[in-house]
Amino acid sequence: MALAVALVLLVVGSVLFHFLSPWWFTPIASNWGTIDDTVILTFWVTGAVFIAVNLFMAYCVIRYRHKKGQLAHYEPENKKLEWWLTGLTTLGVVAMLAPGLFVWAKFINVPEDASVFEAVGQQWNWSYRFPGKDGVLGTVDPANITIDNPFGMNPDDPNGQDDILVSSPEVHLPLNKPVKVLLRATDVLHNFAVAQFRVKMDMVPGLVTYFWFTPTRTGTFEVLCEELCGLGHHTMRGNVVIDEEEDFQAWLNSNPTYAETQAQTGGDAEAGAALYAVCLACHGTEGEGNIALNSPKISGQDDWYLIRQLKYFKGGIRGSDEDDVFGRQMAPMAAILPDDAAIKNVVAYIETLADNPASATIDGDAARGRDIFSTCGACHGLDGQGIWSLKAPRLAGMTDWYMVTQLKNFKHGIRGTHAGDMYGGQMGAMARILTDDQAINDVIAYINTLDETVARN
Amino acid sequence: MAYVAIADRDHEQELHHPKSFVTKYIWSQDHKVIAIQYGITATLIGLVALVLSGMMRLQLGFPDTFSFIAPYDYYQFITMHGMIMVIYLLTALFLGGFGNYLIPLMLGARDMVFPYLNMLSFWVYLLAVLVLVASFFVPGGPTGAGWTLYPPQAILPGTPGAGWGIVFMLASLAIFIVAFTMGGLNYVVTVLQARTRGMTLMRMPLSIWGIFMATVLGLLAFPALFVSAVMMTLDKLLGTSFFMPAIMSMGQQLDYDGGSPVLFQHLFWFFGHPEVYIVALPAFGIVSDLLATHARKNIFGYRMMVWAILAIGGISFVVWAHHMYVSGMNPYFGFFFATTTLIIAVPTAIKVYNWVLTLWKGNIHLTVPMLFAIGFIFTFVHGGLTGLFLGNVSVDVPLSDTYFVVGHFHMVMGVSPIMVMFGAIYHWYPKITGRMLNTTLGRIHFWGTFLGTYAIYLPMHYLGFLGVPRRYYALGNTDFIPESAMTLNAGITISALIVGVIQLVFLYNIISSLFKGEKAGPNPWRAVTLEWQTPDTPPKHGNWGPELPVVYRWAYDYSVPGAAEDFIPQNHPDDETTGMVHKT
Repeated sequence: MALAVALVLLVVGSVLFHFLSPWWFTPIASNWGTIDDTVILTFWVTGAVFIAVNLFMAYCVIRYRHKKGQLAHYEPENKKLEWWLTGLTTLGVVAMLAPGLFVWAKFINVPEDASVFEAVGQQWNWSYRFPGKDGVLGTVDPANITIDNPFGMNPDDPNGQDDILVSSPEVHLPLNKPVKVLLRATDVLHNFAVAQFRVKMDMVPGLVTYFWFTPTRTGTFEVLCEELCGLGHHTMRGNVVIDEEEDFQAWLNSNPTYAETQAQTGGDAEAGAALYAVCLACHGTEGEGNIALNSPKISGQDDWYLIRQLKYFKGGIRGSDEDDVFGRQMAPMAAILPDDAAIKNVVAYIETLADNPASATIDGDAARGRDIFSTCGACHGLDGQGIWSLKAPRLAGMTDWYMVTQLKNFKHGIRGTHAGDMYGGQMGAMARILTDDQAINDVIAYINTLDETVARN
Repeated sequence: MAYVAIADRDHEQELHHPKSFVTKYIWSQDHKVIAIQYGITATLIGLVALVLSGMMRLQLGFPDTFSFIAPYDYYQFITMHGMIMVIYLLTALFLGGFGNYLIPLMLGARDMVFPYLNMLSFWVYLLAVLVLVASFFVPGGPTGAGWTLYPPQAILPGTPGAGWGIVFMLASLAIFIVAFTMGGLNYVVTVLQARTRGMTLMRMPLSIWGIFMATVLGLLAFPALFVSAVMMTLDKLLGTSFFMPAIMSMGQQLDYDGGSPVLFQHLFWFFGHPEVYIVALPAFGIVSDLLATHARKNIFGYRMMVWAILAIGGISFVVWAHHMYVSGMNPYFGFFFATTTLIIAVPTAIKVYNWVLTLWKGNIHLTVPMLFAIGFIFTFVHGGLTGLFLGNVSVDVPLSDTYFVVGHFHMVMGVSPIMVMFGAIYHWYPKITGRMLNTTLGRIHFWGTFLGTYAIYLPMHYLGFLGVPRRYYALGNTDFIPESAMTLNAGITISALIVGVIQLVFLYNIISSLFKGEKAGPNPWRAVTLEWQTPDTPPKHGNWGPELPVVYRWAYDYSVPGAAEDFIPQNHPDDETTGMVHKT
């Protein structure tokens, strides 16, 4: 009897859970309301079967429960009943399948007037490419990928010269314009998914896949990677910002073309030397850092990382949090650098400074830290030397007390929470694995051992 | 020389009788001992997978709390949990365990046709398990590529265990498949050749039909996994490019070129989807027999049930790419695979109707096996129906790779087959050991497992509607995921831990009943199938004493009008009963 009651309660409970659940589709932001409709249709058909079968079973348990002297009915088959049930089931299946296939046909046939852009997945970041005025994307090849050509553009392809490259996890799209998204991966499988658009597709290295949609409301929508792509999978985030047409065009024009990125020259170390005079006071003549002034070692750090951080400081993306005491000291200093060229120049000078490993100041259990570092090493390299394609800076041989401060800042949302610092956001998500200060000291203690065993380059 | 059936040559056969303890219980060729060896090994490694699931749930329910569950560990936990549960527990226990025990006994055979091969099958399976366990102790630990082991990431840095772990995993799978093939050929040949006199195919219990068809599926599907394991091993160790296109990893170009990651997915799911039915069909068969026995009623629509098993088995080979709707394969495949997938729902639904109609007008004894059987119907209906969302290509798109999928496949191929497995253990334990399991403990086990698992998996479907992705170490700050989802995750974790702990009651019951359980007698459930008619309980080596049983009727003569009792064993001759006798 308890069983029959339980079955009824489970059915009623499931129905109630469905209607009371606050967890349901996010408000849709694309044209794919038809997908929602097929889901709802499937829901009603299957829901009816779920209720009917289980309530009938509960009825049988009550009605035909063993009583003394009772005998079961002997009826091996009932052809008529079986065929009726088969027929009805087939009808139900057709009712769900036919609309589903109809919607799929729309899903895979892209409208003629759809514009095109490309989303690139790479551990554990997104970047984007728009065709230039010629409307054609240039060819790419993973063999061409370098730090100066992260998209792997084919330098000899005339179609690619005017391609607009968006080296950021955030992309903008115009409202109410159908768009075909070409999907590409350079290393492993990824999946470009935006919950509010309802569509997603894997990105496969060696293939170009696609889907299309029409954004139907403005706003910022999160891009999640939904195909397991390794240790940083859950931190592979991006944004799609749906703009009015003119805002979109303004944003698009603010991004460089491939030709422009290639024309850019490196920084001028001699010009940077003069600018470095300001830095010198805190970071030292050789960029060795100064613990008394809370200034980290900057010599030997990757140039692309220094450039990014200087831009962040200058742009108020870093060093603007009230609790980031030392970052707030750095921000006005970075503001002295007038433009991107100056930032590049000063970084070029820093790259010429002598790179001597910072001395260890933190005590911790390096053996325990080694276990933790198995996660960190996925981005920063198991040798702690940093990996440009993962946007992860060098750690080994850098100032350890500074890394402790930064890990705490990341963990407590002091750094990495600004909307403009999406790479910092990744580190913020990862820093949360360090459950206490001891874990932070342990992992830093292990990083300190790396410098002795692995020479820089 | 004219062919003579094995059952007709019984007196010419010499049974290899074991003499020492070792040949009797360890290096044994007796199918019953091998079944128990399979059962114990699968259960032990399954407990490892259960603990791993507890660890991953701790992380999901209470993120940023446990320092011993970093992403590196987490992905290893989910991978090994999935792989162990699907292959090393479910497949091994249903076929190596129940298949081995039931096939000769239910068909009236003295043993499997190839007992020595059968013995080797277990020892090679054990080796596969040991290699799997060894992967926990190699540098870098076991693979964390997800149980689907998708390349390229499975063999590249950035994934846990991409060095030794993945190689051990692939080696273990290859060894497992060797073991399965030895066992599987045996089961098929035994079913086809060693049935006793009178046991026509259409008199076989549905348990045997399910196990038989599952074995056929396994023999046809596992080779796809075997070759993909070999190919990936070559890609990893020798630098071939079967599954590896030209790629840049960690800022550096690799030497691979021209391979296809999607090819691996096709091979994997060509195995992987039939694998669902390799687990489900034995469960379908066994639960049919549990329902008939404990409802004292013939299974409803036996012939339809057999045809449904055959149809499901056949169609299961042409639905694999419904796992790949958003994989980047040619999108036109979607039309074909959505259609075949929804077609397979029809024979599956027929089976569900017939189970419920078996209860209808029955004489239902709510024994522990019956509780689990009804629990199976409920959970399977739920899991089967949610499959209609994921099988229908456009409906799948928003739900694919979310917690809806996790909820669905745990209901349909986790919880529901395990409900049958538990029911089957409560049902056959008296035959295997000669003692009954404790009913009170069994009821506690049932209620905790049944209600607990539903509390785990029902909410997961709704996280999926919301768009919460699976295989995320932590959700972090995601705008569309409300704080309440985190609370729900904590609740799911608590349910999962309760379900895990409840299994200790079951283990205690299994062990203590071995010594303290009530003596069972030969046929405590008053069942009709042959295994309950053995001269000894537990059956001795050779099963049947001097004479093989002879079968006179189908496997479902319960509550035959006019019969002296409410069951007539299959080996009961016609002329000794009164009233109607069903001859199939």
